[in-house]
Amino acid sequence: MDHITFLVAVVIVTALAFDFTNGFHDTANAMATSIATGALTPRTAVLVSGILNIVGAFLSTEVAKTISGGIVDDTLVTPGMIFAGLVGAILWNLLTWLVGLPSSSSHALFGGLIGAVWVGAGSHGVHFDKVVEKVLIPAVASPLVAGVVALLATYLAYRLTDRARKKSVTKGFRAGQIASASLVSLAHGTNDAQKTMGVITLTLISTGALGHDAGPPLWLIASAGLAIGLGTYLGGWRIIRTMGKGLTEIQSPQGFAAETASTSVILTSAHLGFALSTTQVASGSILGAGLGRRLAEVRWGVAGRMVIAWMVTLPAAALVGGVSASVVTNGGNVGAAVVALVGAALAAGIVLLSRRNPVDAKNVNDTHEVTIRNEPPSTVGTAA
Amino acid sequence: MHLDWTALGQVTAVSIGVTIAAVTVFALGVLGLARVEAAREENGAGSPLGLAQAGLCFVACAAVVAYGIYLIVPQFR
Repeated sequence: MDHITFLVAVVIVTALAFDFTNGFHDTANAMATSIATGALTPRTAVLVSGILNIVGAFLSTEVAKTISGGIVDDTLVTPGMIFAGLVGAILWNLLTWLVGLPSSSSHALFGGLIGAVWVGAGSHGVHFDKVVEKVLIPAVASPLVAGVVALLATYLAYRLTDRARKKSVTKGFRAGQIASASLVSLAHGTNDAQKTMGVITLTLISTGALGHDAGPPLWLIASAGLAIGLGTYLGGWRIIRTMGKGLTEIQSPQGFAAETASTSVILTSAHLGFALSTTQVASGSILGAGLGRRLAEVRWGVAGRMVIAWMVTLPAAALVGGVSASVVTNGGNVGAAVVALVGAALAAGIVLLSRRNPVDAKNVNDTHEVTIRNEPPSTVGTAA
Repeated sequence: MHLDWTALGQVTAVSIGVTIAAVTVFALGVLGLARVEAAREENGAGSPLGLAQAGLCFVACAAVVAYGIYLIVPQFR
């Protein structure tokens, strides 16, 4: 273990921390609608999703061959830059979780890396055409494609079961939702745990701790799978509330249509070579499902804030990544320690802020809003 | 800027096709189930036709799910 320097150890820990935030940020993609319709209890939903994420992590052997899929020049990337990029991605994931908005964890990671490489190696290290191809276009296309598919599916689901007994219909679609949501979770585990494993593996290869073309060692697969699974099990309840209740009130036929649409869009995009973002697919499906049921209310204000969060994700994470990279590049190990401490303090601050108005398994379905302000409960007081 | 319209179009078309097929078959299964439950409530007897319809549709959906797992797990390919 001579090759594991202080910085490499920090990168490994930070990458696992990112994996953890990735898990709880994305629970909503698979499980929000099942939780909202009562197909699964909140606790069961996150448990199923967490286990499937771990299973997915172990199943996928296709190691990520590049850190960023060509968005940055991998030959210029140092462990310090990876660390700085991860810090940017983690902080952005936590901030969007605090305000309860789904945003793409991969875009946050790309953003952090872009900022770090830009500052650390210069703008020639960033391939802007790849940024357009892998981030911008998917960000626009994902919600549109998924939205159209889910809209058609929802309309059809209601149309076909129009005259049947309401009770049987609700029950049937609830059961179906569980299957489609589980598929999304499994696909998520095989994809997203893989990203972190790729980042750590490539860092270890770059420092000589692993040979060229080496796969991730077992301890790495296990810890990455566990990190994302635990994050998923913890549940990003604030985002789950927004996706299950905030965008629109989901009924079980809509939930089934949305999940089926998400599953087929994610799987076809992965196998036909047009990468789409899971988070944006899931959000688009839910919006489409809201529009597909006549008279269903879609809260465009929430949708608008979500879109703004998507647009800001990459630059915001890039900004934090860039600032961190300049500290690490100039300050060496001390700089890295400072960034780690400041990052941890900011993360703790965000978690404390969330405590003022916590959202958890018990109250996730109570309301559709995620607030940070410390509002007194409406039941307190004499005016009953 | 290069946008692969063909791939995007394929993804959209295949997703729409698969989703609509799956939702239609599942909805028919749900209809069969509803018929069974309605019959049971009305006259205490089941509805063999409804049961067959539900069974057939849900088996078809299970096959789609199995294919989904096949696509997700690299070891199967």
